[in-house]
Amino acid sequence: MHRLVEQLTRICGADGTIVTRHARDTYGSDGLLQYHVTPGVVVLPDTAEQVRAVVGACHQAGVPWVARGSGTGLSGGAVPVEDGVLIGLNRMRRVLQVDLDNERVVVEPGVTNVDVSAAVAPTHVYPPDPSSQIVCSIGGNVAENSGGAHCFKYGFTTNYVTGLEVVLPDGEVVTLGGAELDRPGYDLVGAFVGSEGTLGIATKITLRVIPKPEDHRTLVAYFDDTTEAGQTVSDIVAASIVPGAIEMMDQLTIQAAEAATHAGYPLDVGAALIVELDGPVAECDARFDEVVDICQRNGATGIRVAADERERELIWKTRKAAFGAMGRISPNYYVQDGVIPRTRLPDVLGRISDLAREHGLKVANVFHAGDGNLHPLVCYDGRAPGEAETAERLAGLILQACVDAGGSLTGEHGIGLDKREHMNKMFSEADLDAFQRLRCAFDPQGLANPGKVMPTPRLCGEVPGPYRQHPLEAAGVAERF
Amino acid sequence: MLPNGSKGGLALRTEHPNTAEQAAEVLAAADSEGLSVRPRGAGTKLGWGGPGPEAAIELTTAGLTRIVEHNAPDLTAVVEAGVPLADAQSAFRRGGLMVALDPPLGRDEAATVGGVVATGDSGPLRHRYGAPRDLLLGMTVALADGTVAHAGGKVIKNVAGYDLTKLLAGSFGTLGLVVRVALRLHPLSAKRVTASGSSADPVALQRSCYALAHAPLELESLDISWEAGTGQVLARCTGAAPQPRAEQATRLMQEAGLRSEIVEDDEQLWSRQRERQRSENGTVVRVSGRASEVARVIETASSLGGSVVGRAAMGLLWVALPPADPAVTVATIEQLRRELHPLPCVILDAPREAREGVDVWGKVEPGAAALMRRVKERFDPRGILNPGLFVDGI
Ligand SMILES: Cc1cc2nc3c(=O)[nH]c(=O)nc-3n(C[C@H](O)[C@H](O)[C@H](O)COP(=O)(O)OP(=O)(O)OC[C@H]3O[C@@H](n4cnc5c(N)ncnc54)[C@H](O)[C@@H]3O)c2cc1C
Repeated sequence: MHRLVEQLTRICGADGTIVTRHARDTYGSDGLLQYHVTPGVVVLPDTAEQVRAVVGACHQAGVPWVARGSGTGLSGGAVPVEDGVLIGLNRMRRVLQVDLDNERVVVEPGVTNVDVSAAVAPTHVYPPDPSSQIVCSIGGNVAENSGGAHCFKYGFTTNYVTGLEVVLPDGEVVTLGGAELDRPGYDLVGAFVGSEGTLGIATKITLRVIPKPEDHRTLVAYFDDTTEAGQTVSDIVAASIVPGAIEMMDQLTIQAAEAATHAGYPLDVGAALIVELDGPVAECDARFDEVVDICQRNGATGIRVAADERERELIWKTRKAAFGAMGRISPNYYVQDGVIPRTRLPDVLGRISDLAREHGLKVANVFHAGDGNLHPLVCYDGRAPGEAETAERLAGLILQACVDAGGSLTGEHGIGLDKREHMNKMFSEADLDAFQRLRCAFDPQGLANPGKVMPTPRLCGEVPGPYRQHPLEAAGVAERF
Repeated sequence: MLPNGSKGGLALRTEHPNTAEQAAEVLAAADSEGLSVRPRGAGTKLGWGGPGPEAAIELTTAGLTRIVEHNAPDLTAVVEAGVPLADAQSAFRRGGLMVALDPPLGRDEAATVGGVVATGDSGPLRHRYGAPRDLLLGMTVALADGTVAHAGGKVIKNVAGYDLTKLLAGSFGTLGLVVRVALRLHPLSAKRVTASGSSADPVALQRSCYALAHAPLELESLDISWEAGTGQVLARCTGAAPQPRAEQATRLMQEAGLRSEIVEDDEQLWSRQRERQRSENGTVVRVSGRASEVARVIETASSLGGSVVGRAAMGLLWVALPPADPAVTVATIEQLRRELHPLPCVILDAPREAREGVDVWGKVEPGAAALMRRVKERFDPRGILNPGLFVDGI
């Protein structure tokens, strides 16, 4: 390690190499504070060439590394490896090219999500908009295939990445895709997006942007319960209306968020549904009254239509504050990210509230309702003995309920460290084996973000074949979940 | 007539499994015997790809024709690979929905979902909704060694595990047999109307496409075509109130110097666009360009006697060259590539003799090609699936 650190210091400079324990510690967690591991050394490269040299040096030394964007991830994806290298990409913040004629931008990975939209404003936008967009990096978005409130209509990160420059775990640099579509060969851009930092480091990212929607119309409707609100969502979709965003909050979330924002949401309602139509003026006009109608038919107790941009922002502020505001009602909380077929919303929410009661904990619910992407926030007090474990168990049961309903473990936060033990709920051994083949093609030595995504450590055989036990597992040191 | 790709010799043996497991058994047996396998749907695009050796086994999806789930309210469906795309669309249409894929369907509209996915083919709806890769939610695939694996899921949002659906989409059967896919569906639009503009000036056509692509019109499709010295731009508006936007589109076309009109009954216009992506006896080259290169591609194609059709805002253009002596076709393709360099030009339809004379895929960046090869080796180590058909001899 000592020699490697010297080498890394030569590459990134003393100013870009962090060795003191205290400073390394600050990189120990991402947005999911439950996990903390102090990395052996932190480097902050400034250029793609430095990233290449760092990864190359790690490859030669056989030392694992973890890439980190802004550290807002919610699955422990950027949690370091002990004695490994943490590669922070936040200094690489250059917008390299803006080509509006062709609706493309090329950026370095440390550019924040909002800065991409800012670079193409005012005529264009970059649609995937995670709530963390002010801080999270595009590199992190690519690694997690991040979503946001506008994904039901506009799609996810993966639908907007057309090209990548990637430093592979052996230090080679490859260009995948480009500005053009349908380049010959395997869609390795598609395979890389959402790979959670396990296939290499994206050092240059080409993104598609779109013309800014002409208009938007926003309302929030209040209901007695989430079932009515859920039925409203289904009725809107059944009417062939595709809202730009459609977001739901339950009572507990409203209470917490309202306390933080004072946006004027009533505290006694069972659910609030934000519906935003966007697009051509004529189209928004034609459908907005229908949306209001559908809300009323489903028993909305009140509807607030944003009269102007200020009121629209107020409505959204409460939704965006939801996670952060949980601190007001609970010392700690555990975010989950399960997905269900939207029509199963009433049964699954019923199941979640039963589970919460059985475990004696509160669960607040906020979700991307169009996509059926739930964010159950399991509230607990980490100081109370055993409560953190109970919360974790409850969170696992909620995920099981999502998978049982035909859904998924995660809609946008990724598997990371946090949900890897649940992978077997959704994927068979054969499925995991197929995943591993892709990983081995990129990283045969297993140096890129090891221990993430897969439920157990796996090695890459020389000749690929069915799953083989990891030596640690065979020796009984590590266990399969 | 035999498909373009066939030498006339028949594959040794045809297998048509009814389940993923049966398909896997065929593959496992072939793998252990080292026999090559050619996956096949309806055979409408069998001529695409490099002219590899004849396969020992043809593995068809003719026995995989069930629409397994159609969850209209959830906007999802699960279908087996052998379902003709046209049949799937009819089923979805009954629920007011579509899978937003409209590639040319080939003879008898027979193209299967699996074939469209495996070739990554797309049509005018690409403008708004993307390619097969963008509409796949999950996949079941039988791998060369007999593993049946699933990736993704069947909900419209999901990031659990690696996105192998994208890897398999467009992989031309070289990584496994796509057995079943979960698809995202979209509502069919209540109303559709097309603004159509024409001009004999490629630069004016390109200019109008810029204007249309950058205006907030939410077009469903934005296509261009060029044939015999004159070109057309088509902008389709859909939704509850498309008329005012179509009128705005015609105005933008006029400002760019086009003659324009509104076409209410526009189905024909669009099916013609799709059909022109194929050629029975001639050659079709798919150019991965950019919006800013549309005029240049048209001028180049035109100077070589070709016609053009494609997605204007994405710069994705299909250049059709007339039937000719294979040596002439090869020379023309090479010239097209030279003049359009560095834009990738992939040969789709072409007589076998012509395909033998060129690399149908064109050069892939060496680093990326090496990585693709490593992927191939992990999924199909003995190289039994469509050997030689894909890029860089994969
Ligand atoms: C309050 C809050 C709200 C959020 N809301 C949303 C939301 O609405 N939607 C959503 O999808 N997510 C949301 N997130 C999660 C998070 O913001 C996203 O996952 C984001 O994409 C992470 O970006 P980051 O730069 O912070 O990445 P990090 O957390 O630093 O890293 C995430 C992963 O990406 C890898 N990585 C980072 N950079 C690179 C690179 N250049 N190349 C390869 N791998 C790399 C890391 O190794 C790690 O595995 C939210 C998080 C918070 C804290």
